[in-house]
Amino acid sequence: MANTALVAEHTARTLYDHLPLLQVLVPFCAAPLIVLLGSRRLAWPLAFVSSAIALIISVMLMMSVREGGYISYTMGGWSPPLGIEYRIDATNAYVLMLISAIGTVVLPFAYVSVKDEIRSKDHSLFYACWMLCLTGLLGMVATGDAFNVFVFLEISSLSTYVLVAQGAARDRRALTAAYDYLIMGTIGATFFVIGLGMLYMATGTLNMADLADRIADQGANRTVRSGFAFIVVGLGLKVAMFPLHLWLPKAYTFAPSAVTVFLSATATKAALYVLMRFIFSVYHPDFSFTTNALEIIFLPLAIIAMFSASFVAAFQINFKRMLAYSSIAQVGYMLLGIAILTETGLTAALLHMFNHGLAKALLFMGVGALVLRTGSAFYTQISGLGRKMPLTCGAIVVGGLSLIGVPGTAGFLSKWLLVQAALERVAENSSFLLVSIAIVLSSLLAVVYVWRVFEVLYLREPDPNSTATEAPLMMLIPMWILAGSCLWFGLSTDFLYDIANQAALGLLDGSMGMLDSNEALGVK
Amino acid sequence: MMLDLLHQIPTAFLFFLAAGVILFLPHGLMRNTVMLGIPIIAAFQVWTLGMGEFVLIPFFGFDLEFMRLDRLSRIFVLIFCLAAFLGNLFAWHLRDTIQQVAALAYAGSAIGAALSGDMISLFFYWEGTAIASVFLIWARGTEGSYWTGMRYLIIQITSGVILIAGVALFYADTGSIAFEKMELGSLATWLIFLSFGMKCAFPLLHNWLQDSYPAATITGTVILSAFTTKLAVYALARGFAGTEILIYIGTIMALFPIFFAEIENDLRRVLAYSLNNQLGFMVVGVGIGTELALNGTASHAFAHILYKALLFMSVGAVMYRTGTSKASELGGLYRTMPKTAIFCLVGAASISAFPLFSGFITKSLTLSAVAHEHYTYIWLALVFASAGVLSHSGIKIPFFTFFAHDSGKRPAEAPLHMLLAMGITAFLCIFIGVFPNFLYSILPFDVDYDPYTMEHIAGQLQLLFFALLAFAIIYRRGLHPPELRAVNLDTDVIYRKFMPSVLSYIAFVIFSLFKGTSSLLKFSVIKFTSKLHHSHGPDSPRAASWPAGAMVISIAALLGLALFVIFFS
Repeated sequence: MANTALVAEHTARTLYDHLPLLQVLVPFCAAPLIVLLGSRRLAWPLAFVSSAIALIISVMLMMSVREGGYISYTMGGWSPPLGIEYRIDATNAYVLMLISAIGTVVLPFAYVSVKDEIRSKDHSLFYACWMLCLTGLLGMVATGDAFNVFVFLEISSLSTYVLVAQGAARDRRALTAAYDYLIMGTIGATFFVIGLGMLYMATGTLNMADLADRIADQGANRTVRSGFAFIVVGLGLKVAMFPLHLWLPKAYTFAPSAVTVFLSATATKAALYVLMRFIFSVYHPDFSFTTNALEIIFLPLAIIAMFSASFVAAFQINFKRMLAYSSIAQVGYMLLGIAILTETGLTAALLHMFNHGLAKALLFMGVGALVLRTGSAFYTQISGLGRKMPLTCGAIVVGGLSLIGVPGTAGFLSKWLLVQAALERVAENSSFLLVSIAIVLSSLLAVVYVWRVFEVLYLREPDPNSTATEAPLMMLIPMWILAGSCLWFGLSTDFLYDIANQAALGLLDGSMGMLDSNEALGVK
Repeated sequence: MMLDLLHQIPTAFLFFLAAGVILFLPHGLMRNTVMLGIPIIAAFQVWTLGMGEFVLIPFFGFDLEFMRLDRLSRIFVLIFCLAAFLGNLFAWHLRDTIQQVAALAYAGSAIGAALSGDMISLFFYWEGTAIASVFLIWARGTEGSYWTGMRYLIIQITSGVILIAGVALFYADTGSIAFEKMELGSLATWLIFLSFGMKCAFPLLHNWLQDSYPAATITGTVILSAFTTKLAVYALARGFAGTEILIYIGTIMALFPIFFAEIENDLRRVLAYSLNNQLGFMVVGVGIGTELALNGTASHAFAHILYKALLFMSVGAVMYRTGTSKASELGGLYRTMPKTAIFCLVGAASISAFPLFSGFITKSLTLSAVAHEHYTYIWLALVFASAGVLSHSGIKIPFFTFFAHDSGKRPAEAPLHMLLAMGITAFLCIFIGVFPNFLYSILPFDVDYDPYTMEHIAGQLQLLFFALLAFAIIYRRGLHPPELRAVNLDTDVIYRKFMPSVLSYIAFVIFSLFKGTSSLLKFSVIKFTSKLHHSHGPDSPRAASWPAGAMVISIAALLGLALFVIFFS
């Protein structure tokens, strides 16, 4: 159980102590403010400033928990388990940092892209929804209360449906995509809340740490077990776990470029985090049903996803849709890392979450820039642009290499770790050798689909009538920030690795339970 | 002070740095100075550094050794520097940034790989050589060279992937990534061995070599011929010295390309086959694994890089002037390209191991090592292979290019820088042959060996002169068919008459077998891909947009499965 020496106690009295709340509150307040001001000109700056503040806060949180321990923050002075608790430890501080960093970097890109793709009268509402979505994602990661997770999940989902539907200005199919996503997302959320209901029925509490204590005390009965099934399937849908991924290609393809960038790098990752939380902290891998579910359901599905989705991606003729399918395959890697159930495996999953977020955001931005200049993401429309848009395409190359996992890019480290994790388990179960071979083989498929893009961009002749020019600076800067970080984290490995490893250790320790946190004082 | 600073930089990075710098320099003198200067600086650095391990870089919990300098790696690094210098000098006229950057990056990667003390940095450089070198093939700019380059790249990258898989397994087995001597036995070491073998062009893994080298640019081939395969020989010598299977692999390597080289018309492809055959000698040396044998391998690699480069240069110079390297279209060029012809003859004499030329003093080390360990049949096979070398490289190349029937072509002499590059190389070939102690002193182990004994010289000359005689007779026959019938029905003659047709029949059978297998493979790959396209392509159900109802069914199914698993465990 918890190592008390590691537990940092915090008394929330100064602004610094309110950081966990402010993390969520700042974007949350920005959303109505944008609507109330109603100004098209102020919407973007407000959104950007509040995202930037959220980023700063998340970095500060990260710094205070990166060595272990956690911050418990109680709402309104009601100490948990009665009141709502925000609980920040290395794991969710890491995810918070990813979400707010991507959210901030994407916004300058969105400024140009949104102007091009969305009717101007909708701009302020668009940014308000964006902020709500960010709030939801940050909230579901920061909170330590199971029902609160559901509330934030719904906030982010509902605003996401609206954001996806905004693609209708370009292509009416965005409406059906958003509609399908809405149906699927609602079913997922409903399953999740049904699962929570069962847990509440069996334990009488909704605080995650308290839940963990009680499940550990009373053992698992049928109700608790079925609750697990519902929660895993409900979240699996949000994560786009194979075969629950069917909403994703459509939603990503038809959403406005900026929205796709944002969602691809954050939404599935936040849901994946919640899934990990429930598997490791609320339930515990010591329960045989948890282990069995991971090995019998997650592991094969993850491997099928790695291959099936990669093959589909390899044959796609639309860059954006190809990336969507590649995302499904990459989620497979992360789920595989979780299902391997070791420290290395979890570290790999967490690292891959971050690295894939970076690479995918970068690639989708590249698509956005190409769409801005050519109006389409089909290979036939973007062929030969490597010479006309060298900086954009250069960034795409970096992102593509990281997606493949070429050494020297961030993607290499997580895949290497993943192979390592699979090999570590060969000794006890030789079928993991096949798993590691599967990882390597499916990486070769990534080479195929990424190479197709390179070939289209660089080796085909450009359309002689095309007037495409280099993307505007507002797009190039965020792209190259991400490209730079893909390379930087590929060469300087220790920073991210240490954090991810710390997060993995925290998860494997199980919940720290309610120990000590009762003594953490809430705000008056 | 400057020297200390220089010693801090891994040698490979010097080359990468230079590759970056020349991007900003104008074509011409300045750029060429950098291209020629950097190999000299690198060689100087390695020469003055002394033995040991330098530049350790922590990476993901491993310590990467970027500079492991011992006598084995030093000789390879030195010859790589020398080859880079000569290759760049030969390419002085070039105004192609891509090729220049690629040449530097390629040389740098090969040197980096030879200096790697661990297998992760080896892997980085291993892939580096693959990626950098393919641009030398693509630079030719023809449709054929594009596809050849693709095939080459796929094989080279595959070799890297197999290497890293082997390294990962090796690490899992032993917990070490150090690049030291290994024993074949586990899957890990077999994978690593296979990866080295692919780069070394083991029999049946060799086709990339004859496919790609003749397809590269004139100057690119000179560069290509020096690095990749010799890097593989180094890796084998480092990792698998004394592995017996290598002796047999090497012998087959030394033998089978002879047949192909004899029937080939494109002279650069002839040289590629002969390169493969020479690698066989080195691989045998690694397989024997004694000090004498490893010395033989290292010195042979050293001399081989020089004379092979010289031959490629001379054929390249001819191609530069005439636009072709086909034996059937060349001939009689000695009239207008006398200097090139002389240099070519020096290269031919070296590769054929004439006494007083470099091949003689290095090949005899390997042969003596084989004899020492009492591998009689292997020794005989290698002697036969030596005769083959003389026939296809030593005679065929210079003879059909510069002598034989007059093609009527009267090209100008090769340009000055090419002559200079060839001249220096030719000088080195002779110098090493005459003063073997210079080369012997930098070999991995101390040498106590004198190549110039009476029996060596006599034996070698016998072999060479009989091979020459054989060629002369066959050639005269081929040229004067009517005279053929007039020759007496000597048993010897009958034997010689059938020999070529038997050989070409064998070659034909091997060739058709190979072609059949590969086209069968190709066919099944195409069939498989189209099936995949049917099941996973853009129009397949897997890529289609599904109606909401169908999606919900998948949720229900998964929930059912999850409940089942969770309840019953």
